[in-house]
Amino acid sequence: MHKKIMALFVVLSLICTLLAGCGYEYQDIEYESDYQNNLKGTVLNVYNWGEYISDGSDGCIDANREFERLTGIKVNYTTFESNETMYSQLKSGGVSYDIIIPSDYMIERLKNENMLKKIDVGKLKNYHYIKDEYKNLFYDENNEYSVPYNVGMVGIIYNPTIIGEPEHSWKSLWSEKYKDMSLNFSNPRDGFMTAQMILGYDLNSTDKKEWDNALKLLKDGKSVLQSYVMDEIYGKMETGEAAIGPYYAGDYLTMYETNDDLKFYYPKEGTNIFVDAVCIPSSVKNYEAAMLYIDFLLEPEIALANAEYICYASPNTAVINNPEYYYYKNEILYPKKEDMPKVQYYHDIAPEIRSYYENLWIDLKLY
Amino acid sequence: MNNKGFGRRILTSPYIVWSAIFVIVPLLIMVYFALTDNNGIFTIQNLQGIGKYKKAFGLSILYAVIATVITLVISYPMAYFMTKMNISSQRMIMMIVMLPMWTNFLIRTYSWITILANKGIINTVLNRLGFHTLRLINTPGAVILGMVYDFIPYMILPIYSVMCKIDNSLLEAASDLGSNGFSRLRRVIIPLSVPGVISGITMVFVPSVSTFYISQKLGGNKTLLIGDAIEYLFNAGPDFYNIASALSLVLMVMILICLAVMNKFTNEDDGGVII
Amino acid sequence: MKILSKIYVTLMLIFLYAPLAVMIVFSLNSGESVWVFEGFSADWYLSLATNSSMISGLEHTLIVAFLSAAISTVVGTAAAVGITSLRKKISQKLVMSVTNIPMMNADIVTGISLMLLFVFVGKLIGLDESLGFLTVLIPHITFNLPYVIQSVLPHLKQTYRNSSEAALDLGCTPVKAFFKAVLPSISTGIITGFIMAFTLSLDDFVISYFTCGHYQTLPIVIYNMTKKTVTPDVYALSTIVFLSVFVLLILYNTVQNKSDKRRNRHA
Repeated sequence: MHKKIMALFVVLSLICTLLAGCGYEYQDIEYESDYQNNLKGTVLNVYNWGEYISDGSDGCIDANREFERLTGIKVNYTTFESNETMYSQLKSGGVSYDIIIPSDYMIERLKNENMLKKIDVGKLKNYHYIKDEYKNLFYDENNEYSVPYNVGMVGIIYNPTIIGEPEHSWKSLWSEKYKDMSLNFSNPRDGFMTAQMILGYDLNSTDKKEWDNALKLLKDGKSVLQSYVMDEIYGKMETGEAAIGPYYAGDYLTMYETNDDLKFYYPKEGTNIFVDAVCIPSSVKNYEAAMLYIDFLLEPEIALANAEYICYASPNTAVINNPEYYYYKNEILYPKKEDMPKVQYYHDIAPEIRSYYENLWIDLKLY
Repeated sequence: MNNKGFGRRILTSPYIVWSAIFVIVPLLIMVYFALTDNNGIFTIQNLQGIGKYKKAFGLSILYAVIATVITLVISYPMAYFMTKMNISSQRMIMMIVMLPMWTNFLIRTYSWITILANKGIINTVLNRLGFHTLRLINTPGAVILGMVYDFIPYMILPIYSVMCKIDNSLLEAASDLGSNGFSRLRRVIIPLSVPGVISGITMVFVPSVSTFYISQKLGGNKTLLIGDAIEYLFNAGPDFYNIASALSLVLMVMILICLAVMNKFTNEDDGGVII
Repeated sequence: MKILSKIYVTLMLIFLYAPLAVMIVFSLNSGESVWVFEGFSADWYLSLATNSSMISGLEHTLIVAFLSAAISTVVGTAAAVGITSLRKKISQKLVMSVTNIPMMNADIVTGISLMLLFVFVGKLIGLDESLGFLTVLIPHITFNLPYVIQSVLPHLKQTYRNSSEAALDLGCTPVKAFFKAVLPSISTGIITGFIMAFTLSLDDFVISYFTCGHYQTLPIVIYNMTKKTVTPDVYALSTIVFLSVFVLLILYNTVQNKSDKRRNRHA
């Protein structure tokens, strides 16, 4: 009998292995760059945000699997939920990755700490698709370390059927009217941003007083909040569990697909703009494959699939100028010049200030 | 004979080597991190910095104690009633109690959101019946419920297995001496089940006091329990490893003290853990 | 009293199974949510086959659970046999208190201390990557060992001396005596230990969370999913695991009941 139980376990695990291969139908994709399979059998470790690549659900392209078919390289894909978690993993030396997709300020930090490998963009056949606006930005002035993947801005999502029309300000998150219905970010950088915007501060302030004041404001708002969230906001907003909360514009569009009551605004005080870009960490093991993967992500059809799956604004002109793109000229992702909110980027802040605000954030949670 | 004894004793050595490397050494490294700064220089700053977290420690202990007491109170009758069944239903019910443990505890915890949410199952029923929505989720009560739920099998099983071993003749003797049901319970069953209760308490209290998932999911991520604080610091990067190690060290010492105090109540040496 | 106890047990079972019922019902949801039920459909079960991260997570979990349970059963049984032969009470006590550490310590402390060890050693010998398959397996073996020892030990205390000495008197070599006489008499303990180790390993999240690196087990994959919107496919997978275990246990139970009856008849 016990032998049978063990045999069943073994059979179970075998079935899983077999299952892993089937179910997805490969698609006909035209590629612009050539992909050799001289790296067949090697492994590429990709570390990306959660739900940040087209994954084959609902008939879309499974980008990683298409890449595997094209090149014979096995993609080992894992996800993180914040820049800081990613940094922590990378810095600890516990794991090595070939591809990471951090945000601007984190790229600046990684670059300053010599944790990135140079990327020769001249070798990427599809690099010319990147819109000039997103080249030579502050975090990578000479385009040596990163290739833009997505662009986004933070705004506020709300449910007018529950709370009506709020004031188009960050202050709405503090409003007693929405007690237990409002959410805020659970990561320090974005969380502080909401308060810094109300106070009219520079998001990259090196003045500890300003961080203290922002903390005070956040503490005041804590009693009104239902919870601090990251991606949990999806479920909460979609079901009407919560009625107002700040998040990234592209994610609003995803939520809207499920619940079309939801609306969105960019607060009048201004907001944060960010670029998430593909980088190669210095501990890379399969550099050639990483370069192939970056070129692959820039392929018009792949970039389009990703842009439609992730719903963030794309820096890729082959996507932006494609009239068949689902979010072609979408007002939220690509606002016209006159509708564009005042925006600030996050920069890498001096280590002393960084640990200062990290500690303040703990104070807020302990409050 | 002596030789053979040696042969047997040598069987422990792989285990002893293993434990030394993977139990003792890691703890020493943790102590090292707790007592040094980022550059590896000795300091007690990390331990001094812990004062800030006293609220987190306090809440963790409070919630864990409440959860443990509730778990004990509802598990004890359950275990008692289980021993009163016939053998095959006992075995059946044991399995039914253990079965939820085979489902991932993250999923079990997450499902409670569906039940407790403002638009969840309980509130939907209440609303249909014309009652107001109750605030259940994102409260301390929800966190405690999560703890009770996730760890309750660890309370039922040890109590049950100790109760099973109580000799029936003892109970008969008690009846013969004129004890009624209640005094039999009070004078025979409860005292004899103490070892099971103790190990149940340990096995519920320790994971409750150090949990970091339950509070994030069911508590709205607004209060920081000590497990949350440690997890947060570890994710904030290697710069925070030292303070996080110091917190872990204090948590460990605290747990050890609690266990030592509890062990005072049992002098039998087989009061260890039985599932 | 009888009725009262029945009601009580029923209520407890409802409490224990309410979240699991939610899980099973929502795994059949035709909508994308695990909060709003829209109608029945088995689509999520079918879509499991395409979810490579979940499938590979399950595969990792099963491999680690099986290997760690097997290794810790062998090492733990050997250790238990050795412990009973330790002549000095003090050394027995010492070994047992070391055994108790991973069992009594909070998972988060065990996980962190092991991660620090692995990362520390990794840096020392200049590895690019110190976390992976082995650093999941090792902690699992470590926390399984005490449970195996604890479940084998009581059986040894009862039977070891008598049966092995009897076998030796009958002319067996010590090794043969162990396999012929001792092993059968402690097999229940060994099997309980194995199953317990397997269960613990399957359910472990906290320790693997700190030590897994790329080698993500199912609980880690699920954790990452509950950070995002949870879709019913996680529930579908858990339902499959739940039901397979359920069927196994029922089978096991009926077989045991039958053999009990047989034994009773003989007696």
